[in-house]
Amino acid sequence: MSRIPLPYTQKVLDLFRNPKNLGKLEDANVTAVAGNPACGDMITFYMKINDQAVIEKISFESYGCAANIATASIVTEMIKGLSVENAWKDVTWKKVTEEVGGLPSVKFHCGILAVGAVKRAIRKYYEQKGSAPSWLPKELTFEEKQALEEEELAKRLSKKLKAADEK
Amino acid sequence: MVENVKDLLKAHEGVKHEVYLDNENSTMVPKEVIDAILPYYNQRAYGNPTLTHKPGWEGFETIMRASQKISKLIGAKILEEVTFTPGATEANNLALMGAALANKHKGKKIVISAIEPINVLHVTGLLQKFGFITTKVPVDPEGFIQLEKIKEAVDKETVLASIATVNNEIGTVQPIKEALDIVKDKNPEALFHTDASDAYGRIPFNVQNLNVDLATVSSYKILGPRGVGALYVKEGVNVDKILEGQIGTQKLWPGVENTPLIVGFTKASELAFNGFEANTNRMRLLRDKLVDGVFAKLSDVKLNGPKGDKRAPDNANISFLRCEGEALTIELSLTGVYVSSGSACSRRLLQPSHVLVAIGRKFSEAHGSILMKTTRCHTEEDITHVLEVLPNAVNRIRGIVGSTGVD
Repeated sequence: MSRIPLPYTQKVLDLFRNPKNLGKLEDANVTAVAGNPACGDMITFYMKINDQAVIEKISFESYGCAANIATASIVTEMIKGLSVENAWKDVTWKKVTEEVGGLPSVKFHCGILAVGAVKRAIRKYYEQKGSAPSWLPKELTFEEKQALEEEELAKRLSKKLKAADEK
Repeated sequence: MVENVKDLLKAHEGVKHEVYLDNENSTMVPKEVIDAILPYYNQRAYGNPTLTHKPGWEGFETIMRASQKISKLIGAKILEEVTFTPGATEANNLALMGAALANKHKGKKIVISAIEPINVLHVTGLLQKFGFITTKVPVDPEGFIQLEKIKEAVDKETVLASIATVNNEIGTVQPIKEALDIVKDKNPEALFHTDASDAYGRIPFNVQNLNVDLATVSSYKILGPRGVGALYVKEGVNVDKILEGQIGTQKLWPGVENTPLIVGFTKASELAFNGFEANTNRMRLLRDKLVDGVFAKLSDVKLNGPKGDKRAPDNANISFLRCEGEALTIELSLTGVYVSSGSACSRRLLQPSHVLVAIGRKFSEAHGSILMKTTRCHTEEDITHVLEVLPNAVNRIRGIVGSTGVD
């Protein structure tokens, strides 16, 4: 184990102390989760997407560090009121990182996970509808792949430790 | 990124009561210790202790007196058995690397526990490059080493065993004498090292009674300055130097002796051992108040490590379920309570403490663990303050988690 200094920005600290759009959304029609408690990094997004495909409401819950909480919160602010298409196209992990004033590099994965979770939610929305628009790529985006990879990594590590334990 | 720190510090303005409990990772140094150190920078004994002038001879005398004091406190027979190093990390590196390399003709096997501090654990990784093979002996759910597994692990090829007397994270006081006897019984030639950093000043510890070959002690773990520690090497035990340079009074560690810090280490040791009973009783009283208070005020908490007299008197390690540790340390910092979490961020994953994993804690339990150590300098008011702010902090972080962190 090694430790890395984590000089968070004022914006990260503000969002950590007073997260925007926190908590379960009772009238959500899409819910998506990314990460795993074993990674210490897990986000749930709740979205209410209306008939015009606009993200009318969005909220989050987060099991993670201050960077995880802050990036999840800023993502909800960034995409609230956007059309699903614009949310998909405009929000990247780099933009999320910029919006919180930057992150220590070791925490980039928090922003990536947050965006991965949003993209997962949007895919789920169209899966539930039974039809996907032409702008929605079939192939997973960078953030979605990274979220999957992180989840796989956690699973593998858990298994490895369990095996070592049994030995 | 360093500019951000200004804002982080500003967010702490208005904090009225500060309580520092992160004594595992660094400590505040009491004024008496600082007062003892300072004259050695510019008033006396600032010379190189091997040189033939007044400040040099003063330095020599100071270091020899310090060696005498530390040897007496740990029960060494002669002062030459004590080598000052720049800390416990260096002492543990010297013990493992130095003893293994000096005795490699006797065998290439090393035995340690699964919960050794990382400055022992990682050195065995380094020793692998020199052909040494390490067996990690498992511990039970309270962190006690499984003695029968030591018996299985040690054989004629075993050159060295290293088991900490007290675990630094969960406070488990090991049956170290029994462990040592098992090792020596299986192989009288095998050397036995113990990291006693978390035993020194907390539980009775005596190298002669134990009949140990090598032992590490650390200054900052007893409220001394950082940057100094010592390795006890029993007379006649062969240890190679692991660094080269000018050798002075410390035959196993080159470089100019750090006289002021050695003085500080000695002063801190005196303060810890003058009234040892009273000091350790105070740590225990405050620690018990802290742990009992947490359990009374919060549900879904787990104590990591044993209860009772087989736990170091200062150690409190608690897992707060559905609560991520780093977030909790920041939340507590903003209220003036300074603690550390057992998990640390690596590139992609939060790495759980290997100690908590070894005692069978789930990752999510390890991620919500907080380590706190009381000292004789804490007051009852300090602990009362912690117990006032801690439940709110845990509940706020749990509020952000909602149903997300439940596995």
